[in-house]
Formats: sequence, C-alpha cells, structure tokens
Amino acid sequence: MSVNIELCSAWFNGILIDKGCIVPNTDVVTLPNWRKTMEKNKVKATKFGSLNDYEKGSIQIISGKASNYAFSNIFEVAAQSAPYEKSVVGMNLKFVIESLKAEGVSPWFTASHDEFVVVMDGEVRVDYLKPDQPLISEDKEGTHLAGDNPQGKKMGYAVLKQGHQAILPAGSIYRFDAVTPGVMLIQTIKGPLSVEKWQSICIQ
Amino acid sequence: MDKKFEEYLAAGVQAGEPDTLTGYRTFRLGQFQFERDEYFAKITWHAKGEERSHLMSADAFLRALMRDVAWGFFYGWVNFDDVIGTRNHYGNVDLYAGTFNGVLKEAGVDYTENFETPLIMATFKAILHDWVNEGFDPFAAPEETGSAFGNKDGNNEEAIDRYRIATKRMPSMPDDSPLRNDLPVNRHFEDVPQDEPEIHCEPGFEGQLGGFNLFKYLSRSDVTWNPSVTSVCKESLFCPTTEEYILPIFHGNDRVEWFLQLSDEITWDVADKSDGRPIARVIMKAGDIAAMPADIRHQGYSTKRSMLLVWENATPNLPERYESGELSPYPVAF
Repeated sequence: MSVNIELCSAWFNGILIDKGCIVPNTDVVTLPNWRKTMEKNKVKATKFGSLNDYEKGSIQIISGKASNYAFSNIFEVAAQSAPYEKSVVGMNLKFVIESLKAEGVSPWFTASHDEFVVVMDGEVRVDYLKPDQPLISEDKEGTHLAGDNPQGKKMGYAVLKQGHQAILPAGSIYRFDAVTPGVMLIQTIKGPLSVEKWQSICIQ
Repeated sequence: MDKKFEEYLAAGVQAGEPDTLTGYRTFRLGQFQFERDEYFAKITWHAKGEERSHLMSADAFLRALMRDVAWGFFYGWVNFDDVIGTRNHYGNVDLYAGTFNGVLKEAGVDYTENFETPLIMATFKAILHDWVNEGFDPFAAPEETGSAFGNKDGNNEEAIDRYRIATKRMPSMPDDSPLRNDLPVNRHFEDVPQDEPEIHCEPGFEGQLGGFNLFKYLSRSDVTWNPSVTSVCKESLFCPTTEEYILPIFHGNDRVEWFLQLSDEITWDVADKSDGRPIARVIMKAGDIAAMPADIRHQGYSTKRSMLLVWENATPNLPERYESGELSPYPVAF
C-alpha cells in the first residue's frame, strides 16, 4: 500500500492516531520498511548548552588560518564576562550578535530599531517602558543606555526561559532581571556598549 | 497531461514525452539536458566540441534541486555536488557544469549558461514535479521518507510545494508569519520543552510586545536544511533551521554568513569556493558560533536532528563589494 506522508505525520509518535489520517479500507495497516526502521530506532537526547555545562567544538585546519572562522562558544564568553556586558560573538559589517551573562538587574537600555533577545540558559524577566519621545534618534544605531531612572509608560513584561525569544521593540526602554545567572543572545547593530574581544574568545 | 505540467510548458519549459520504460521525461534548458532513470540523474552539456556528462544519485540530485527551488536560488553558489550547480545573480541565474571544479575547469571541459530566473525556476520545478515519486519527500531526512529510486510512480506535489517562510519582524507578531502549533513535534525533539514565554502587555500596548518559544518552533519544523526567518533587525536576518543527515548542497556564499549551533552537533566540510579544494573541517557543538568566510563553500553533516541558527546579512550590494576586494572575505581581523 502507499502511505500519505503528510497526513500520517502522527506516526512520528509511534501510534497511529486520527490526525486526519486516511487509513485504507483494511484492518491492519502495513507500514513501509523505512517507517518500521524509523520507529524502532532509539533517539538521542537533545543537547543544549548552559553556563555550567557546555562543550566547545573544534576546527581541523587543512590550509589557511583558524582565526578566519572567528569561532567561539557563547556560554564560555558569557561565563568570562561581567553581568550584562555586551560581548560581540558575531559581526557581519555593522550587524552583531552579542552574548550576555544575565545576573541581577541590568541597566535600562534603548535603541532606535527593533532588537531581539533569545534566552539560552536560565530565566530572565524583561520590563518594558514607552517614553513619550524616543530617547535615541533614527540615525543612531545599536543599544544605548537609557539612564538610571527613565520616564515612560509601563508597556508590560516578559518572562523568558531557555529557548524563548522576545522582541525589544524600536523606541522602547527595557531592562533585564535574572535571579540566577543565565545567558542571552541579542540581535542588534554594533553600538557604544558593544565589546569586541575576539583575541581572547576565538580559536586561533 | 496534468494541468500543473501544462503550466510549466506554457512558461517555456522544454520537456520530452515520458520514456516508455521508466516513465520519466527528459528536460532541456539551453544547452543542458536533464534525464533520469531508476537510479541516476544525468546532466549533459557540450565542451571542446564533444558531449560531456555527469551522473548524480537520483535522491541526492532531487534533495539539492529541492533546496535550490525552495530558496529561490539562495545567496551565491548552490553546488549540487563538485560538478553541477547554480549561481544566483538575483534576476538571472548561472547554471554550470565543472566551472567551479579546479580539475574540470583547467581541462576546459566545463560549461556555464545564464538564464532568466523565471525560466530556470519553472524548469527546475517541472523536473521535481516529474521526477519526485509518491512516498519520497526530498525535504526530509532519509530515515523519515521513502525511496527516490525506481520507475515513475505517482508524484508528491505537497512535499515539493513548500517554501521559505517570509517573516517581517517576528513570527506571531500582528500581520506576521504564524507559529507552528499545528505541526507535530519531530521524533528527534520529543524531549524539547513546549512551554511558551509569559508575555504581559499593559492596556494600550497590545500587539507591541511579543515572544515565543523558538526551540519549540524549531522542534516542529517538518523539513531539514531550510533556513527560515524568525527575526529581522534591518538587513540582519536570523534564519534558524533543523538539520539531519547531510546538507544536500555545498553552499558557496557571495557574502559572509554565520552559524550558531543551538543544539547537538554539526560537522562542516569547508572547501575553496572557486576550485573545491578541501581547506577545513569545523566541528560545532551547542553554543558554538563561527563565521563562514566569503571565499569558501561548506556542507554540513548532522547525525541527530539539530537546531542551527543561520545568520544572514541581506544587504543587496554585498556580492560586488566582496568580489571587488573592497570587503575582506573574513568578517573580523584580530
């Protein structure tokens, strides 16, 4: 018999359930051999990294320099940085990815454009304010400090755990709070707070 | 003839009649000819006054062709293997045989022809339409799908009609791409937590804040090796994807791109972009981030389905700036 792969995706769980499956008019459904193999195979646990449990990969060079690949590990970088220090781990012209150790309460930040945060370890609360006027003009890019006691309306907050992503909307003011140390990625543009230290983080 | 195929012919695709034995059609695109049999795709061209040809396993060929179609020819060079591939000029596309293989190029047996994007796209789609049989999903890992081999047996239009997801700011934001709650969790990601973040908006700010579980979203990806945009910071695009088995192409980019391994492990074979000489193997584990310089090609291997963040800079004029030497192929000097 032939099997409709799309409709029978519920077979991934090893049980044929009625997720819109078209089952032929027979009592016994015969799985094709590749499906049987797939269901018999045991699956490895998914391995995520964390501040206290990461393993750095490697480069096997045939020719050229290892430093061409600017290879680092975001958990190792965060572990070696001060809380909320914005360490650049990826740079594509003016755009950056930063690795931050989340620990305690951060300063208030703002940017003229959207930024994004992905929590890679731990739990982080993000509080958002909306100022009456944007603090940073459109032509200034990257993350800027918003002062110790910025004024604005409360927009709300987000509580992010490992793998969770949130938008840091253009023009808003935001602050992170982590009870226990964690790690965050920030997608943004290189700004006055971005710290480049390739020499000390990259495989050479 | 089915209606879909008539549309391809109307778009200028040159296709022969189905072979009486195998049931597959042969296609022509400029001076190139594509034919398949039970096991192989055969590509034929002329150089130095003689016919030249190249065989690829049908499953490898269709997986490569599927990516090239779904990505709209992607950035730069999409090498199906060390002989055949395409180069995107964003409006027109080069199809080449041996041009970026050091030995074939030096021997002068290589051939390149340029095509308007709509014609080569229609031809590639028509080949997928004809050559992908029922039960074979060229977007899936080998363990997840049936065989590409044998004589023609139905088709799998649903599987080959998937495209890159277009996201304006972030999935789940108002008027933006959806989350994947209606897709099942992949068998390799059954242990990935499925909780969503808490997002509280004060009255008047509904829809301005947003968040989602990126790892959950990826655990429900129904395809392999297919970067899809999940956040947009001007021209900076986060394009995560789930990877299993082998990247079906050897990608030579016309710009620098970065990989951040979100889970598990991938090994990247890295070779010279213009002649294919191997130059490095990069082994990336969870949390590792590395640049792929603009002068290399790369192909990844992933035993367990893994989560990878592909980070692209979509600024339009970058290929010329790298090619002219204005920009270094390496993103940082230290």
